[in-house]
Amino acid sequence: MKTVKTFGHAATGTSTPLDVGGAARGVRTTTGALVRGLRTSAPVLPFVLYVFLGLGIPTLVIVNLAFRSDAGHLTMSNIHAITSGGQYLTGFETSLKLALVTSLVPGILGTFLAYAISTSRFETMKRLVASASGVLANFGGVNLAFMFVATIGAVGVVTSWLAALGLNPWNHGFSLYKFWGVAIVYMYFQVPLMVLVVTPALHGLRPAWREAAENLGASRWRYWRHVGIPVLMPSVLGSMFLLFGSGFSAYATAEALTGGTIALTPIQIGAYLQGNVISGEENIGYALGFGMVVLMLLSVIGYTLMQRRSSKWLR
Amino acid sequence: MASIGTVFEAEGLVDHEFPMVPDGGNRRYRIRWGRGLILLLAGAYFLIPIYAALKFSLQNIDGKFSLSPITAIPSQPGLGAAFFLSVRLAIVTMVITMLLMVPTVIYVHLKMPRFRRVMEVVTILPIVIPPIVLILGVLHAAPLWLKSSPYLLSLVYVILAMPFVYRSLDSGLGALDVKTLVEASRSLGAGWIATIWRVLVPNLRAAILSATVLTVALVLGEFTMASLDLWETLPVWIVDFDQTNAHISTAVAMLSLIGTWVLLTLIISLDRPRSGKLRRNRTS
Amino acid sequence: MTIDTHETAERTATATSSAGVSVVLDSLVRHFGSTKALDGFSLDIAPGEFVALLGPSGCGKTTALRVLAGFEQPDSGQVLVKGSDVSKVPAQRRDMGMVFQSYSLFPNMDARDNVAFGLQLRRQRSSARRTRAAELLELVGLGEHASKYPHQLSGGQQQRVALARALAIEPQVLLLDEPLSALDAKVRAELRDQIRALQQRLAITTVFVTHDQEEALSMADRVCVMNRGCAEQVATPSVLYAQPSTAFVAEFVGVSSRVNVVRGVDGVGLFGQTAKIRGDAASIASGELDALLRPEDVVATVAPDGLGIVNHRSFLGATTRIEVGFGGAAIKVDVRSGDADHFELGTRVDLALLARDVLVTERRPEQ
Repeated sequence: MKTVKTFGHAATGTSTPLDVGGAARGVRTTTGALVRGLRTSAPVLPFVLYVFLGLGIPTLVIVNLAFRSDAGHLTMSNIHAITSGGQYLTGFETSLKLALVTSLVPGILGTFLAYAISTSRFETMKRLVASASGVLANFGGVNLAFMFVATIGAVGVVTSWLAALGLNPWNHGFSLYKFWGVAIVYMYFQVPLMVLVVTPALHGLRPAWREAAENLGASRWRYWRHVGIPVLMPSVLGSMFLLFGSGFSAYATAEALTGGTIALTPIQIGAYLQGNVISGEENIGYALGFGMVVLMLLSVIGYTLMQRRSSKWLR
Repeated sequence: MASIGTVFEAEGLVDHEFPMVPDGGNRRYRIRWGRGLILLLAGAYFLIPIYAALKFSLQNIDGKFSLSPITAIPSQPGLGAAFFLSVRLAIVTMVITMLLMVPTVIYVHLKMPRFRRVMEVVTILPIVIPPIVLILGVLHAAPLWLKSSPYLLSLVYVILAMPFVYRSLDSGLGALDVKTLVEASRSLGAGWIATIWRVLVPNLRAAILSATVLTVALVLGEFTMASLDLWETLPVWIVDFDQTNAHISTAVAMLSLIGTWVLLTLIISLDRPRSGKLRRNRTS
Repeated sequence: MTIDTHETAERTATATSSAGVSVVLDSLVRHFGSTKALDGFSLDIAPGEFVALLGPSGCGKTTALRVLAGFEQPDSGQVLVKGSDVSKVPAQRRDMGMVFQSYSLFPNMDARDNVAFGLQLRRQRSSARRTRAAELLELVGLGEHASKYPHQLSGGQQQRVALARALAIEPQVLLLDEPLSALDAKVRAELRDQIRALQQRLAITTVFVTHDQEEALSMADRVCVMNRGCAEQVATPSVLYAQPSTAFVAEFVGVSSRVNVVRGVDGVGLFGQTAKIRGDAASIASGELDALLRPEDVVATVAPDGLGIVNHRSFLGATTRIEVGFGGAAIKVDVRSGDADHFELGTRVDLALLARDVLVTERRPEQ
């Protein structure tokens, strides 16, 4: 007989007047416990169902099709195709690299920016910045690409300013449409995302800690080194993970900027969706999607491990 | 016995960072400078491209400026429809999200505390599964009657917004003593719906507003899924129209950016009565 | 929860020979925007003295403490420690140990590391730090909890660790900012005694901020009652209680009742007697005044034609407090609980004044 899941027990532990089924029951048969568990967890059913339908099923579809040939047989050929070198493998590599760069750099910059904002005294500015972060974190695609073309493209506004100073970056090997150009454009939504996500953690830094440290003789730097940074680290890491996912998954911006000239997995999937398929490789798109999911799962694990280590004190 | 002060000096731990001039309580000149610099640089990075885009949009080939791209906006074909579609999607997404998440998160906080772990994991999933991949699966798996409605996008947007909405609600609830509030309300005779609506929701104002803001921003800015699902929301319209008249479409893009920003700021400002809560009361 | 081993305390006491310094706060003024938190506040503290800053919220007591600690700069005025002006010395170097109201322990360090933090900053060797931290934790009765993290400790335990941490650096002055306010009553009472005993043993100059008069009166050598940024009265607890010098102090410390009196030639008329005016009689001008009476200053006798009627009774243990309606005023009188039966509700009583003089103040307008 299946045992009741833990969340059923959590409810029966309490005996509030609101307890629907719980501790008052005398007889504790396993069926009784199961029914109780189900009854307690019933209200979260809509949520679970929604997630299953909206997220679970599409994912299962992808996983399934990744391993199916066009005729519908189980096959590893798709997986083989995307992992055995060539554009797909390069795509994964470049996408990962891009994700890493655009999570570390904007992550650090975003933390400083968030700190600068949260310690300011101007309420209006804080509100403006909060909503700006929300808007910009979701801004991307063609508009963003275009904005940057207008800014630091070959004939962009800033480019002409810099050229007037003799420092035209395009003359020194810079290209907006190569890896680093794309990374700079990504910062436009990655930094706001970081600010958005890390600000609540910054508010969790109590002024009393800072003052206590000062009172005991700590300089600004020593406070940060011994208290501030260690306390923030788990949240900062968690936020950087969000950035990693965002940088890895970004599609529209990369597509608009590079038009497919750089191998990036989301672009390759997009191409597939838009019908650019080679016959015999119809399900490559699904395999690529599956690959992305696997990579993201691995990075979740990686980040979680890092977080655990940095927050031993949280237990 | 030597005072601790001399120990400091000997060890070089003396902090010479701050000018020791009494200036009404804030000795931190240097920090203010540094903060100002960061904000300035950030402001430049984020505002200059907007300026560049606006410049492009309002400037003719012969270099003359005119506001005609902006004035021509209302008369552009499809814009009105696209705009209202985006707005409708935003509203529907918001409503579904709130109806789904608020009661669930409240219930979990109250009665199923261990399930919170599960929820944390579940709400990370939309990030693990990239939107481009998700739409891939949705388009394949969704029934035709659903695909023929734009609100399929709303349903998927709810999933996309979930991580942020959950985090917001979870931390908002964490700051309240939910159990006590609910028991007090129930003991006074309120039913569940009244309790949620009249007691909990008002106390969750900040969290709900923040979740709303994020959801609306998400929907109004989402391009990838909408375009691949072949629905002309505002972002999709802008990109499509780029082929016709780049000046106008850029103008629309910038205006929608600024407009969304203003709208969201207003929404956040609805929380004004509590805006001072993070400042410490130093008058006692 | 005993405090310490005698030896450890002695060692700490002799080591802390820099303890017992004098502190002078001189005419401190501090504005926050348009609010005046400190309005010319002055206070002299003798070496080794325990002074409580007592007052309602907004009176400036915490601001005064923070100015002393160096977290706030006064707009004008001086802070002198051991005779020298420390106003320009930053908080890091003032050598004062502070215990905050709550949650000031560093969450990422266990109790021992928290206590040792100040020593770590002073580059003490790891083994010396650990020993000292362990000693101090023993001193506050938390020896076995050294490896626990703050979130694993109760509120009372956290505050004791905070105290140990503040003492670890052997400060010249110990500052406590309402350290017990966030704790529940029983823990508060225990900690109160422990802090006081520790302070006396170490003979360290201590400033203690609180809004709880019971705390202030039971712990301090002297209490400074503050109101609106100034000191209303500074005196030992017993003097403060028995001879409040202003109406504010009389009503804030202990219980007092107000009654209208009229000023005559020799004093004021009350209950058919003439009572002298306490303090400087000449400075009180008008004829219509209020007298402030403590419950133990008045005696009630049952009288069928008495002018007072018993309206209310509260059993307080050894005494019972009855409230007597007397010509529009409500006067609280303490009687022995053994006699309380005579004072049923509705009983008519006569009142008489026990004290020789009364504290008077301007008549409060009718509400």
